[in-house]
Amino acid sequence: MVEKEPIKASEIDTKFKYEITKMHGGEKLMRCFQCGTCTSDCPVARFSETYRPRQIIRMTQLGLKERVLNSDTLWLCASCFTCTDRCPQGVEVASVIRVLRNLAAEKGIVPRVFKEQVSSVLDSGYAYKIPELRMKKRESLGLPPLPKGNPESICKTLRGLGFLKHLEKQGE
Amino acid sequence: MAENKYLIFLGCAIPYRVSAYEISSRKVLQKLGVELVEMPEFNCCGLPLDPVSHEMMLILAARNLALAEQKGLNILTLCPGCAGTLKKVNKVLKEDKALREEINRHLKEAGLEFKGTADAKHIMQVLIEDVGLEKIKDTVVKPLTTLKVAEHNGCHILRPREFIGFDDPEDPKTLKTLIEATGATCLDYMDETECCGAPSVGVSDKIALQLARDKLNHIKMVDAQAMITICPFCHIMYDTNELRIEKMFNETYGIPILHYPQLLGLAMGLSPEELAIGELRVDASKILKQIAEGEK
Ligand code: SF4
Ligand code: SF4
Repeated sequence: MVEKEPIKASEIDTKFKYEITKMHGGEKLMRCFQCGTCTSDCPVARFSETYRPRQIIRMTQLGLKERVLNSDTLWLCASCFTCTDRCPQGVEVASVIRVLRNLAAEKGIVPRVFKEQVSSVLDSGYAYKIPELRMKKRESLGLPPLPKGNPESICKTLRGLGFLKHLEKQGE
Repeated sequence: MAENKYLIFLGCAIPYRVSAYEISSRKVLQKLGVELVEMPEFNCCGLPLDPVSHEMMLILAARNLALAEQKGLNILTLCPGCAGTLKKVNKVLKEDKALREEINRHLKEAGLEFKGTADAKHIMQVLIEDVGLEKIKDTVVKPLTTLKVAEHNGCHILRPREFIGFDDPEDPKTLKTLIEATGATCLDYMDETECCGAPSVGVSDKIALQLARDKLNHIKMVDAQAMITICPFCHIMYDTNELRIEKMFNETYGIPILHYPQLLGLAMGLSPEELAIGELRVDASKILKQIAEGEK
């Protein structure tokens, strides 16, 4: 995260925090009092020079919308929910990070692996493309055939979701 | 709903690359009289898509729950991620009427409806709550008394506490209890509930592998002869990647990673072949030999 750049007043979006607290999982954002429990217990922060959940929460409270949403580190969270369980203020930290990721994804900012998984679910029902050989091998392993996905039905239920437009843009 | 009959929900990772977990689970569940019915059709539980769109995750999870409701059966999953997601969505949609109506508007497009009448449980929960420890112990004919192992729980079957609430996330006991039912000793070690790192692999391989290495170091420190997992992703992190981690960080572990049903199956007297132990990347022959010798 580019935390060393001084913050300019023009960068601050004062409504950003309300955007987050309106969303499922983001409601308790403003309760954070910056104790640092989330960062000190975060397994990813232990091995990353840049990933700091407490900092993401603070930047979000401050309204540094563009910095947060464009930050690569946002995608490092392992969603282990340790922070959510241990936050003394009941902030659902992992869910706030998910809310931020969702907002970034809506703008098309999303690591490729996630896009691939969405495409695969739409195509087959499964998040990974399961090779034909694997399916056939099941029989020799004594396993029943794999339940089929129903892409047509899945696409119907997902109709109208904002993120899908980013897949079409990719030409997929 | 019939107590020991479930729809088996395999998820995506298991059919993709973790067959040994499925094979051994089916074997031990059969021995324990748990009847499994295949899902009529399948879609991802939704968890991997949550970072992209929470709504998409909710719809996908609710779709699976609605299919289970139609079948009149509860879901049994082998993956903590699937179990955690289906449980969480079930609870949220049951409690939040407005959200339920919104999700049902989507499901209706495909002729489905979420009512909240089916439950989802992870295999560990089915074993401890529905099958019961006594019954499990009754099937143990070859107690693994000489074996000392370490457990590794999956994050999503423990946390967030508010939604899962099945075991204590800070001091989980279920997997330990299940391991001890096989006769093996389950060792305590540092940072037992720490994440394996799998969800970060696609974004930073290096951080994820450092996390996995951390755990392997901790269980090596207490001289565990094997690690026991109950999650396909954790298993990939430790088993598939163990040799890579050894090379990358100049370490030696040689610690086999077994799926819990493989451990239980060995104690039930099933053969290593029946339990697909040969599919493990890290050689388990040392402990198999020890188990065989222990019987003599
Ligand atoms: S643990 Fe909670 S209160 Fe403490 S810094 Fe993190 S989010 Fe804020
Ligand atoms: S959920 Fe994400 S931010 Fe929270 S402790 Fe786990 S990896 Fe860190």
